[in-house]
Amino acid sequence: MAMTIVEKILARATRRSSIAVGDVVEPEVDLAMSHENAALVINQFNEVYKGTGLEPRVWAPSRIAIIFDHRVPAESSKTATNQKKIREFVAKQRITRFHDVRADEGGICHQILPEYGYVRPGGVVVGTDSHTTSHGALGAFAFGIGATEMASVWALGKVLNVEVPATIKVVVNGRLPAHVLPKDLILHLVGLLTAEGANFRVIEFHGDAIRRMSTSGRLTICNMSVEAGATSGIVPADEETERYLREEAGVKGLIEREAVDANAVYAQVIEIDVGSLAPQVACPHKVDNVKPIDQVAGTKINQIVIGSCTNGRLDDLEIAAQILKGRRIASGVRMLVFPASWRIYKEAMKRGYLMDLAEAGAVIVNPGCGCCLGVHQGALGDGEVALSTTNRNFKGRMGNPQADVYLCSPAVAAISAARGVISDPRGN
Amino acid sequence: MSRVVLKLGDDVSTDTIYPGRFMATVLPTETPQYAFADLDINATLRDKKVAAGSVVVAGNNFGCGSSREQAASTLKGHELTIVAKGFARIFLQNSCNLGLRTIICPDIEASEGDELEIGPEAVVNKTTGRTFRVEPLPRARQAIIDAGGLIAYTRKRVLESAPRG
Repeated sequence: MAMTIVEKILARATRRSSIAVGDVVEPEVDLAMSHENAALVINQFNEVYKGTGLEPRVWAPSRIAIIFDHRVPAESSKTATNQKKIREFVAKQRITRFHDVRADEGGICHQILPEYGYVRPGGVVVGTDSHTTSHGALGAFAFGIGATEMASVWALGKVLNVEVPATIKVVVNGRLPAHVLPKDLILHLVGLLTAEGANFRVIEFHGDAIRRMSTSGRLTICNMSVEAGATSGIVPADEETERYLREEAGVKGLIEREAVDANAVYAQVIEIDVGSLAPQVACPHKVDNVKPIDQVAGTKINQIVIGSCTNGRLDDLEIAAQILKGRRIASGVRMLVFPASWRIYKEAMKRGYLMDLAEAGAVIVNPGCGCCLGVHQGALGDGEVALSTTNRNFKGRMGNPQADVYLCSPAVAAISAARGVISDPRGN
Repeated sequence: MSRVVLKLGDDVSTDTIYPGRFMATVLPTETPQYAFADLDINATLRDKKVAAGSVVVAGNNFGCGSSREQAASTLKGHELTIVAKGFARIFLQNSCNLGLRTIICPDIEASEGDELEIGPEAVVNKTTGRTFRVEPLPRARQAIIDAGGLIAYTRKRVLESAPRG
């Protein structure tokens, strides 16, 4: 029977020969990721064992990853105490994939997982973070869950009561024009689908534009699939996936790929030609409020943010540095750059990107999520406007409900930083 | 009978329900103070002027955005019932796992102050006299509610799989 990629993954993870949309299954988990919210997972995990007479034990210490990224270094004593509690739990449970606040191993969880080869094609990945959808970029079925659900996974090694989701097939063909990036594609798609258009569904990406896209770009589009409500985004693994895992993540040994069934059944098929796609901007206060750049160009901005799990990788910093090299950030505008991991930070340092950006006036911040969700560094003042390469612009997102956040690609962010207003990077 | 204390539109995000800046607070005993922190209702909730079982009415895709479980625990802490045209996946799962009452009511029409009678198959707006169909929760979610929440459900499974001695 023909199956979608996620159906195949769920069939394997439940040891069934076939599976259908709507079936309720309990897939075995290959990787269970948390960040600082592991503090809550630990509470709930201990709660599970209360009154049982059993010692709380995670099912597989090597399949749990915990990465500190949301507030690093700790912004408050509360966070520091949570982090301390997590470190103690990690030591006690002998969890091996732990990434502390360190420049030799740290970064944002959605960059660390691919970078360290923790995610493999065909795997089931769950994370206590909605942007866990990112890891579909490597052909895994990766989805966000809550803390209590993670406690259940830590105890049992499987996710209870998963309904097999229907899949939307998105076929992307054509060549992206210069200075039009994967971010523009996913913003355009979220605008088309709306914020709930893919709720309870998976988005499976196909087409020659996806085949040509780097893993970095695929991480961007899978990352933001959740902004259309998707359970997960997924790119069927191919030569590029294997190249990334071998060359960049240092993976040795067998890498399996799920074959794509030509006659798999999809809930919806969407075709997009990116050959004439313009840079896109998501306007306040919804990610699906997407407009082509000419409709918002000229909007005055106070803060530019380049980075995050969405667009903090080397190619993102490279294009920003290319655009800003020899230029100055406009007067009255401040710019923050936070690379997605320390590995990227150090490589961008070696290649001179960070120097170019700093000389233009950008403040280089350590890798982390704090600014994107408004908890640590880069808060906005009342009535201020930010233009950011992050993934959400909900009211209050950057720490101030009286501020506006626009979302865009690193190319749009960089040229806009130089001009002080939202600007089109094409031809610059 | 349950009074509507707050009416919201479509795509209410977890940043509205529980802003990210309070995410270092995780305990269900502490999260209720930040419910809808940027809306006027926050003060009313904190002053305990909202009766248990009071209703928040919303449009489609309630709870979209982050997976933060605080968004469910903060509302559960006030024993609110959420009647929405639809819910975002992770929020719905968190709610069922923690026992926050969520009612999918695709055509609901109600205003703040209206009195609702919420049954398994319909919501009756006693103020307007209109009846709206309730859509059952996905069966995978209902199974967890019936088990008394995900902690209890998981505990049972842990005990079943534990070696007997």
